[in-house]
Amino acid sequence: MADMTISGEYFRGIVKDNPIFSLVLGLCPVLAVTTSVENAIGMAGAALFVLLGSNVIVSALRKQIPPITRIPMFIIIICTFVTMIDMLMEAYTPPLYKSLGIFIPLIVVNCIIIGRAEAYASKNTVKYSIVDALGIGTGFLLVLVLIGAIRELLGTGAIVPFGFKLISIPITPSTFMILPGGAFMTIGVLMAMVNYNRIRKARKGGQ
Amino acid sequence: MEDSLFSIAINGIFVKNFLLVQFLGLCSFVGVSKETKSAAGMSAAVLFVMIMASVASFLIYTYLLLPFGLTFLTTISFIIVIAFLVQLVEFIIRKFSPPLYRSLGIFLPLITTNCAILGVVILNARLDYNFTQSLFYGISAGLGYSMVMLFMAAIREKASSLKVPEAIEGLPHAFFITTLLSMAFVSYFGVIPT
Repeated sequence: MADMTISGEYFRGIVKDNPIFSLVLGLCPVLAVTTSVENAIGMAGAALFVLLGSNVIVSALRKQIPPITRIPMFIIIICTFVTMIDMLMEAYTPPLYKSLGIFIPLIVVNCIIIGRAEAYASKNTVKYSIVDALGIGTGFLLVLVLIGAIRELLGTGAIVPFGFKLISIPITPSTFMILPGGAFMTIGVLMAMVNYNRIRKARKGGQ
Repeated sequence: MEDSLFSIAINGIFVKNFLLVQFLGLCSFVGVSKETKSAAGMSAAVLFVMIMASVASFLIYTYLLLPFGLTFLTTISFIIVIAFLVQLVEFIIRKFSPPLYRSLGIFLPLITTNCAILGVVILNARLDYNFTQSLFYGISAGLGYSMVMLFMAAIREKASSLKVPEAIEGLPHAFFITTLLSMAFVSYFGVIPT
């Protein structure tokens, strides 16, 4: 544990332990809400809030939680934060809440969050758990925004998060990218690219 | 409220298929669809728990949460109900049918965190479905899930002998197959006029 540094732990969450491409956890929201960059940011923000909250509480209570009942207790802790963000978003960002639909309450069963509670927060101090939550949360955010950007750009011809026009390209928008098929294809292509890169690196290292 | 049972069933199985259109339960979908046998086991377990969870959560939501103004506890009570049901089902199957337990056993703990189950009960609550509608939605969502799961497992089993580039092997390949399946299901949009 002595060789852990704060920045190292943070970047580990983004690159090496990226929740989507390395751990393949929590796929449902990744595909469902990434029809636009705006939804992607909203979803990742909500997940980051829950992840941060649950990691802090779980690591603070890690000596008090008996190992045999830890999973139900993690779920109840996570559920508390999910209910909080659910009500906050319903009150302050109704349009975003509406487009994210049932995926806000479904953060409860997102394997990323319970996975981090089990694999990291229950074994480490509060300080490192916060860093871990921020790192994993950022990794999740980057992937969601990337997929959201690809789908929104190709599906509508422009990226318009929060009413602010970021970029537009002169193409005929393809509805396919907004439909569910586009989501599956985008993540398939991205994963193939990540795999390709990994294989190439492994070959270089081997020779 | 005026949704007929027939349209709920068509919606649950085809038009709003949980896996391919609503993206619910994908973790288990890519995880266990490598073999038909395990896919069938997972589907049966999901179908079973989904039906029981729809009934149980309807009763809790209507007779406990709504009358006492406790709707902010919806998510937490539903997840506890599902966890409890999964334990109960596991216990019953182990007691009465050990062969079934051996084939289903490993999938049961995974079901608690399957978002398709929690999705069905939350949708039931949000759409204000009554008892029969909830039950029907649970059954049809489970059937839709099982159907796609078996399609996918059959395709993947056949496709496992194909030679594909190394980078596409495994998950990316599964996602490309899913893309094609999902395109087929998108053509069901508009079957039911909304």
